Amino acid sequence: MIDRTVLGTIAAAAAVTYALRAGGLLLASRLPRRGPVRRAMEALPGAILASLVAPSALKSGPAGLAAVTLTAWLTLRTRNVFVAMAAGMAVVVVARRFGG
Amino acid sequence: MSALGWRTGFRANLPVAASVAAYGSVLGVLAAQKGLGWADVLLMDLMVFAGSSQFVMVDMWASPLPTAAMAAAVGVINARYVLITATLRPLFEGRRILEKLFFVHFVADENWAVTMAARRQGGADLGHLWGGGVCLLGAWCLGTVAGVGFGAAVPDPEAWGLDFAFTAVFTALAVSLWRGSRRDGLPWLAAVAVACLGERLLPGTWYVLAGGLAGAVTAACLPGEEEEGAGE
Repeated sequence: MIDRTVLGTIAAAAAVTYALRAGGLLLASRLPRRGPVRRAMEALPGAILASLVAPSALKSGPAGLAAVTLTAWLTLRTRNVFVAMAAGMAVVVVARRFGG
Repeated sequence: MSALGWRTGFRANLPVAASVAAYGSVLGVLAAQKGLGWADVLLMDLMVFAGSSQFVMVDMWASPLPTAAMAAAVGVINARYVLITATLRPLFEGRRILEKLFFVHFVADENWAVTMAARRQGGADLGHLWGGGVCLLGAWCLGTVAGVGFGAAVPDPEAWGLDFAFTAVFTALAVSLWRGSRRDGLPWLAAVAVACLGERLLPGTWYVLAGGLAGAVTAACLPGEEEEGAGE
């Protein structure tokens, strides 16, 4: 029921994606475990998250920045990711409905 | 790897999985408009399992199928996974190669971030990552297949702030990963600056890769404390 060219196309996209996922993990195990590389690897998760957040917050304008700030503050205060996420989304929804 | 870890990881990803499913239904509708059936979409979900790149694939879907161009576009969008899975080295420490090759397929942005934050707060094993991955993959498959069959669950996800759900989750988890301004101040500043600039200049999600690398390189240049005098 699945066409051969469709299967081939999906398989090609899947192979590229899988190679990227597996490649990162396998390459990382060959990196040195101390010194500057270690400091870089330890800072990497936070740096990736900051890089995911900042541009999309900026694109959402003042409401986006306000929502990100509220989410961050609530995470610190409540340690509840769900509450913080819901509050941030509420700010964005209200701004989109009633803002310009 | 524990069953408890798996369940904890699964549950921790449920809030964001709701948004994942809603976006899945939108993708399902777009796919149906391009003539894809539910089996095509399900196969794509299971094999590619990378949301934004699947939106681009469906968008490019045409007859004859531009297989090579599509694979290239998917590569550009998913390039960030090289860095994301690289950070998982400690989680996979001591695992056999076949285990690495199997479980790495279940790494998405969301469950990666949830597991990294849980690790920082006291521990999460490979099961946590896997449980989260199964949760997200399940929500993604349900959402997309339902979208093909019944239309979008939420026709306009942006109106409900569902696009912001991802940004919000990443924000909350970034706060959990913050190690204080002395260690993270400059690296994060570099990451934010380069990512915002890169978002305007680079294709796909290369800005994530550029920002992450900028942060990591900055951290490498800062003086270390723990391992001084260790012959470096």
